[in-house]
Amino acid sequence: MGYVIEMLNITKDFPGILANDNVTLQVQKGEIHALLGENGAGKSTLMSILFGLYQPNSGTILVNGKEVEIKSPNDANDLHIGMVHQHFKLVHNFTVAENIVLGMEDTKNGFLKMDHAIQKIQALSDQFNFNLNPNDIISEISVGMQQRVEILKMLYRNAEIMIFDEPTAVLTPQEIEELIHIMKNLVKEGKSIVLITHKLKEIKAVADRCSVLRKGKYIGTVDVKTTNIEQMAEMMVGRKVLFDIPKSPIHLGKTVLSVRNLNMTNKDGKQVLKDVSFDVKAGEILCIAGIEGNGQTQLVEALSGLNPHYTGTIILHGNEISKASIRHRTTSGIGHIPEDRHKHGLVLDFTLAENMILQSYFDEEFQHHGFLKFENISSHTNDLIERFDVRSGKGEKTMARSMSGGNQQKAIVAREFDRNPDLMIAVQPTRGLDVGAIEYIHKQLISIRDQNKAVLLVSLELDEVMGISDRIIVMYEGELVASVHPDKVTENELGLYMSGSKRGEINEVV
Amino acid sequence: MKSFKNFLLKISESLKNTFSKKPKISLGENTKSSLYAILAGLIFGFILMLIFVPQDAFHGLWIIFTGAFQDGNESMGNVLLFAAPIIVTGLSVGFAFKTGLFNIGATGQLTVGSFVAIYIGVRWGFLPGHLHWIVAVLGAILAGAIWGFIPGLLKALFNVHEVVATIMLNYIAMYLVNWGVMSTVFDGLSKSKSVLESAIIPKMGLQWLFPDSSVTGGFFLAVIAVIIIYIVLEKTTFGYQLKAVGHNKEAARYAGINEKKAIISSMTIAGALSGLAGAIVYLTGSGAHLVVQNLLLSEGFDGIAVALLGLSHPIGVLLSGLFLGYIKNSGFYLQRLAFDTEVIKIIISTIIYFSALSMLFKKGFKNPFKKNKKTGGEK
Ligand SMILES: Nc1ncnc2c1ncn2[C@@H]1O[C@H](COP(=O)(O)OP(=O)(O)OP(=O)(O)O)[C@@H](O)[C@H]1O
Ligand SMILES: [Mg+2]
Repeated sequence: MGYVIEMLNITKDFPGILANDNVTLQVQKGEIHALLGENGAGKSTLMSILFGLYQPNSGTILVNGKEVEIKSPNDANDLHIGMVHQHFKLVHNFTVAENIVLGMEDTKNGFLKMDHAIQKIQALSDQFNFNLNPNDIISEISVGMQQRVEILKMLYRNAEIMIFDEPTAVLTPQEIEELIHIMKNLVKEGKSIVLITHKLKEIKAVADRCSVLRKGKYIGTVDVKTTNIEQMAEMMVGRKVLFDIPKSPIHLGKTVLSVRNLNMTNKDGKQVLKDVSFDVKAGEILCIAGIEGNGQTQLVEALSGLNPHYTGTIILHGNEISKASIRHRTTSGIGHIPEDRHKHGLVLDFTLAENMILQSYFDEEFQHHGFLKFENISSHTNDLIERFDVRSGKGEKTMARSMSGGNQQKAIVAREFDRNPDLMIAVQPTRGLDVGAIEYIHKQLISIRDQNKAVLLVSLELDEVMGISDRIIVMYEGELVASVHPDKVTENELGLYMSGSKRGEINEVV
Repeated sequence: MKSFKNFLLKISESLKNTFSKKPKISLGENTKSSLYAILAGLIFGFILMLIFVPQDAFHGLWIIFTGAFQDGNESMGNVLLFAAPIIVTGLSVGFAFKTGLFNIGATGQLTVGSFVAIYIGVRWGFLPGHLHWIVAVLGAILAGAIWGFIPGLLKALFNVHEVVATIMLNYIAMYLVNWGVMSTVFDGLSKSKSVLESAIIPKMGLQWLFPDSSVTGGFFLAVIAVIIIYIVLEKTTFGYQLKAVGHNKEAARYAGINEKKAIISSMTIAGALSGLAGAIVYLTGSGAHLVVQNLLLSEGFDGIAVALLGLSHPIGVLLSGLFLGYIKNSGFYLQRLAFDTEVIKIIISTIIYFSALSMLFKKGFKNPFKKNKKTGGEK
């Protein structure tokens, strides 16, 4: 079978970094081709070149054997190449159908002719079992559904080659299953797919072949059937990766955080936290498990003070902080790796150095009488860059916006770990990270625990939950419904708690 | 009315986007885009001259280029005279932008500042000579600060959009000051009385460089303001906080920064700067008087153009303010040709605003007339 896409000897540099260094990617017709690589390896860049967002410095692109120049996404469109971006590009107050036809509207006498489009969309949705209603408003459907809109948008434009940039990072396990099913159907229809993901299990589940990049260089392409997860991980990182990190036996210390009867009601009057009570002790990793949207976000907002509209008490080291300011909480020993790194974790238009002092710029170390001490800030940043292996084009002077997703996350992790908090609240700390970086962050979380500090981990990933926590509490519809130990529960059972079909003992929580 | 308000809000959002995002391109690239914008403005101005006075168009362009050298030291001094207040209002607008606020109220703050400066300049002759002008300047700064504080407070406490609040305050300032001039420092005809000699900002040595110009030390005040604002923004924790709020309110909150305080301080400082600009305009011996009329003072709006061209950076504002001063001074000399004063005004404002606008478009200004398209999932 011939190649639908051939990207040969592609080189692309950004200020200070070679994002793609003589990379080759060959995609066969009708295959799912995985693209694997560490954070910042250049995967998004390579795909952005294929989609016409960036121009390579050198190299050739062949589509169906013919050399082409792709100067813009419109060119890509004409070549039947479509892309679902890491961050969706939908208009939130438009309907599904409006989003799909956007940019290629049919008009008659200046009026939109939507009927035909809606029919076509409905037909496509039925064909692939998308369950989409063309008239739904984007802001009212789930993230998983929004992703289907993006996929349908490609189908509507007759895309034959589909690029998925980390499509599963934002999905629940259930949604991931469904997406995998959809992708399989797409290739059955003769489409070809390039899939970027950090989850090796997913590659195993859907991909036919897998190309690996490391630090901008092409390492090789393997057949997924005959290669195991460990081999792929080693190819991408360049060393063996530990998936199960050994933990020393637990030494429980004093109670660090004590939460009692937390209640919160949202704007629509819905109770999003119901009488939540639990303790976190020094020396343990307590994990809050649950399906996205069951109150975990709100719980963390209450603990961090980002949303002060709740009732109940929060006690840190015996001091009540329920009414304390955000600053007071962070300085009295709470570290916070936030769920949304772009919204809360970083100021994207600040440099890396400026971001590294976001939670401590007021310390004597970094300012004197209100004047910033640039030398200290710079050496502090370089120290963190080195210790936490944060990769970027221009070091401390790099704009956070231009860093790869995974390295942005590492920067936040570095900043929060370095403040040495007694309680680390880590919300999805490994989202979007490569296996090497995940291993690193898990090691760090465990080392905090071993230093007799407390960790509150909020995670949607069952692997992560089972892998590193000492105790798990499950949240369902704003309530704690079970408290279990990872070695005494099966993933299946945990799934039942998470979906609300089973309730467990929670008396030991308090 | 509602749609007009929405329109304004959209413009201000787009402006904010243009201003507050640190550009991805390097500084050199940016300077280049400012220069292109200016070039576009000049070309457009030239086209207008070709339309209005074809026979003199080339001569007119020549005068625009050489305005500062038309009358030796006088015209050079006048460039600084014209530039000083525009630099300071540009600083005002640019500073607020850094905190993510669109200070369209520079003109109102300048108006109240001007009035207080004139009032003190005319009526407080009892002050010792060397203190008189200083008190007048400080009074203007204070008045402007109050006029900036109010919309800051409204935004922080009641989430009233600063564009709406400052526009209202512009008109309140205009009517209030008209009434104030009429009832306290009116010359009986149409404008304020001349300020006393002791209230005029001293020339601070500029009289030796430009003996024939009425340029004052106001230019130095502008430069000092530039330096102070530069230091505040780039070197202090206070500036760090303001910028954090400007770039990403949520992340600033996460970092424990008091967003409300930042908004109020930023608007107050922006107001103070515009107030200072008022003092610089009217505490001169060049016959500047507050005229009682129903018109907003243009210096405030020039500030927006200057902030845009200067990328809100204090040094950029200084340079683009000098450019605008240069062009305005040249406009004066266009009168020597067959140009109507009105035509000159049009040409000069075209150059200024066309430059500012092409800057906006260059940086991806979203058309505010189009339906507001929020892209999802970006954050
Ligand atoms: N617009 C840009 N300007 C400057 N540097 C950039 C830009 N885009 C990417 N880079 C740099 O190029 C490198 C490759 O980035 P890219 O986004 O392709 O990585 P990635 O493999 O997709 O990583 P991740 O898994 O973290 O998303 C990174 O070091 C990044 O900092
Ligand atoms: Mg990427």
